[in-house]
Amino acid sequence: MTHDPHHVPAPELPPPGLVYTTPAGRATHTPEAPRRELPPNVSLQIDGVAVSVPAGSTILDACRAQGLDIPTLCYLENLTPVNVCRVCVVEVKGSRVLAPACSRKVEEGMDVETESERVRHSRKVVLEFLGSSVDLSLAGQQVPNGDAARYARRYGADPGRFGPPADGAGAHERDDRDPGHHHSPVGEEAVLAATVEQPVKVDNNLYVRDYSKCILCYKCVEACGEDAQNTFAIAVAGRGFDARISTEWDAPLPDSACVYCGNCIGVCPTGALMFKSEFDMRAAGTWDESAQTTTSTICPYCGVGCAVDLHVQDNTIVKVTSPMDSTVTEGHLCIKGRFGFEFTNERRRG
Amino acid sequence: MDLHVIGPLASPAERAAVDAVLGPAESGWHGGRRDSPNEGHVASGGHDARSRRDLLLPALHALQDRVGQITQPGLNYVCRRLSVPPAEAYGVATFYALLSTKPRPPAVAHVCDDIACRLAGAEETCADLERRLGPAGSPGRDGRTTWLRSPCLGLCEQAPAALFTIAGEQPVRETAAPVDAAGIIRRLERTTSASTSGGPGLLGTARASAPQAGEPELRLLRRVGVVDPESLEDYVAHGGFAALRSALAMGAEAVLREVTDSRLLGRGGAAFPTGRKWSAVAAQPAQPHYVVCNADESEPGTFSNRVLLELDPFAVVESMIIEGFATGSSKGFLYIRGEYPLAESRIRGAIDRARAAGYLGASVAGSGFAFDIEVRRGAGAYICGEETALFESIEGRRGEPRNKPPFPVEVGLFGKPTAINNVETMVNVVPILEGGPGGGARFAAIGTEGSTGPKLFCLSGAVARPGVYEVPFGTTLREMLDLAGGVPGGRSIRAILLGGAAGVFVGPETLDTPLTFEGTRAINATLGSGVVMVFDETADMVGTLRRIAAFFRDESCGQCVPCRVGTVRQEELLARLADKVEIRSREEELVLLADIGRAMRDASICGLGQTASSAIESAMRQPELVAL
Repeated sequence: MTHDPHHVPAPELPPPGLVYTTPAGRATHTPEAPRRELPPNVSLQIDGVAVSVPAGSTILDACRAQGLDIPTLCYLENLTPVNVCRVCVVEVKGSRVLAPACSRKVEEGMDVETESERVRHSRKVVLEFLGSSVDLSLAGQQVPNGDAARYARRYGADPGRFGPPADGAGAHERDDRDPGHHHSPVGEEAVLAATVEQPVKVDNNLYVRDYSKCILCYKCVEACGEDAQNTFAIAVAGRGFDARISTEWDAPLPDSACVYCGNCIGVCPTGALMFKSEFDMRAAGTWDESAQTTTSTICPYCGVGCAVDLHVQDNTIVKVTSPMDSTVTEGHLCIKGRFGFEFTNERRRG
Repeated sequence: MDLHVIGPLASPAERAAVDAVLGPAESGWHGGRRDSPNEGHVASGGHDARSRRDLLLPALHALQDRVGQITQPGLNYVCRRLSVPPAEAYGVATFYALLSTKPRPPAVAHVCDDIACRLAGAEETCADLERRLGPAGSPGRDGRTTWLRSPCLGLCEQAPAALFTIAGEQPVRETAAPVDAAGIIRRLERTTSASTSGGPGLLGTARASAPQAGEPELRLLRRVGVVDPESLEDYVAHGGFAALRSALAMGAEAVLREVTDSRLLGRGGAAFPTGRKWSAVAAQPAQPHYVVCNADESEPGTFSNRVLLELDPFAVVESMIIEGFATGSSKGFLYIRGEYPLAESRIRGAIDRARAAGYLGASVAGSGFAFDIEVRRGAGAYICGEETALFESIEGRRGEPRNKPPFPVEVGLFGKPTAINNVETMVNVVPILEGGPGGGARFAAIGTEGSTGPKLFCLSGAVARPGVYEVPFGTTLREMLDLAGGVPGGRSIRAILLGGAAGVFVGPETLDTPLTFEGTRAINATLGSGVVMVFDETADMVGTLRRIAAFFRDESCGQCVPCRVGTVRQEELLARLADKVEIRSREEELVLLADIGRAMRDASICGLGQTASSAIESAMRQPELVAL
């Protein structure tokens, strides 16, 4: 076939379920983004392979560009890396300790090992530490980062090595603990591994906080604060093993500064923060992800045009998310987009 | 950000205490009187208020000192004054052990039960207190007093020790050592400060902490017990500020050269070359530069910085000014732990006197170089001795260490290039510079090739004369113990803890090791912060290890998983071994302990987690030290 410069290709049909507000064919001119100087490339070795990536990339960026599967839990593409879970650690030759891939920037001549014995050991033990102290049953089902069960299998993590879990704390008991003071285990108490187990906090109709599942990844704090919502309703309180996510004075959410944007739910990697609708369905045994469909659309409420994914089960919206790669939302929504779907579930009677 | 503040209003006492730190509130938007016609509906000054976030911890101290706790209304008032979200401020307040966000009686005895005080009977003291006052934390009969256990108070040479904090209009913070239960109860019942008259005199007091005080060949300790720590004239009469004058005369670059030539290594534990650190800061294009003096000496068994701050505070001021001059900084911060009330008042006094005499301010000693120092008080957090956690703490945040790189010489306090040194490291600059050019080389001639200069060691535990000792590097462990009078009662040495809780246990076979960076490295030990704690044959080694494990669990900031959970698992495992609770064979337990330690060492963010298993693992490797 000869090349015809005037040939306009037929517009591709959108995938089923996707709704476009502007037919693709109607667009005539797409303005070009202003040209930006590309940063110079940096050369380094990853697992013995020479790679070249733009300066300013993290080791994780470089590894993922190579198709390497580096485990992450506290990392999320749309938040500032906090490098606290330490499951992404890699070995940088010449470095005394392991480095977090998610935040360590590449340097010229760096020699990185991503699966050395030392790396595997730390990842395994870190996963055991988490598995023995936190309920990871839902970790990894919310977002691409954080499939704890898969990582645990890969590294042979056995959280049971530290003993069966100790009894959980009572409601608000962990929130009441004093920094710098703890009860030291004595005798038989030491057989059981201390955990963060505690009752679920249900204090409003929109979402619940199950801190038994909290790995303290700081993502919700970032999303509530500087990285997205700028509300600062929650922060890390307490210290050491008793550190926890808390509103001021452990106040119930309705009394706090929370604006119910739900962006904390959107970034939670372990299911600790959950739509009340999902929580109730799980409790009733009716939550069934295999029976759910996802419809991508645009939030109808205002002119911003946020991309929303409606998760539908039995013809009922059960939760709303936003794709992280949406240039409008970067995965974040407001209370209306996140929770304002209840009316669609109201069936007209009679 | 909309500031959302809930709950009742702060009491007049709380407002007055906070205003004393922050100045009066300027508008209704920031907690002051509402002036509706003039303020209108537009809030202003939020950015100005937020730029003072570093005053959050001082304001929390003001509340704690005034009413004995941080109440919700009190915290809310601080939040409005500084435009800090209450959840964040609550996160900060609940981070520090000396702040209480729950009702607590105003008079509190913080009784040290850490390793050195345990050796001196602290557990018996605590048991006694429990019998007579009730369990730790419970209010006394009149509801006005209580007692709590405390980590190391840095008074190990006079163990056992206690810190008293008595809230009120005239808050009291003072320490007592040695002290028993009866003494603690007596002190709690009194409401005013102890009178200081009739003591053993300056030199006598100094010798209780630094037994060599007054000896002529001392360099770092030569003024300790000799000069009046509250008199600038006395300091000058004993050669004070000669090093500063010499520095100003030779210029900043020459100072950097001398410090580099001295091959001085940091004394806080990391042994980084001081000259390199200073030069790196001086060379940074970003402005301003800061100098930070790390006086958050919290490593159990360490008290040398306290002795310097209490007995030769002007030397600390002088060395900070020199460091400021060399690194191109005009502002210095001195961060002192909250458990050092006397040292804090002495250093504050010295700074005020130095400022009045023109050694601080717009033109240091008439040179045109501007420099001033602010003191910040810690609030009970070992982790804040970690340099980046210390920055976070000064900035009004939780003391959580930052990931490095970037290092403080590039991105430090307030994100600016910062030279941060421990007190002991800093004061070494005085002997380096006071002789004028060539002082660096002369300093480097002291000690050994790899460890130059004099070094302070903190001797405690089973020695006849515990205290801080100054020796040239190269002195052996045996000579060090002889200097301190050896083990009393003719008992034999079982173990020596080098470097504190983050250090290493060694046995008596290492007595001929020279106490240098390279000498201790050769026996897989560490100098750390200069702790030499001696355990004789009667010492409770198992209890000591459990205390160390508990210490790290208490002091972990909780940020990263290996340290937050690892310190808990380590303590549980030790408890199983000690209490003979078997869930698997001892060999398997030891494998697990090594696994925990290795992950903490390899994967933790900062030095706390990286060394939290060091002392315990070293002891477990030597069955003759501890039967577990």
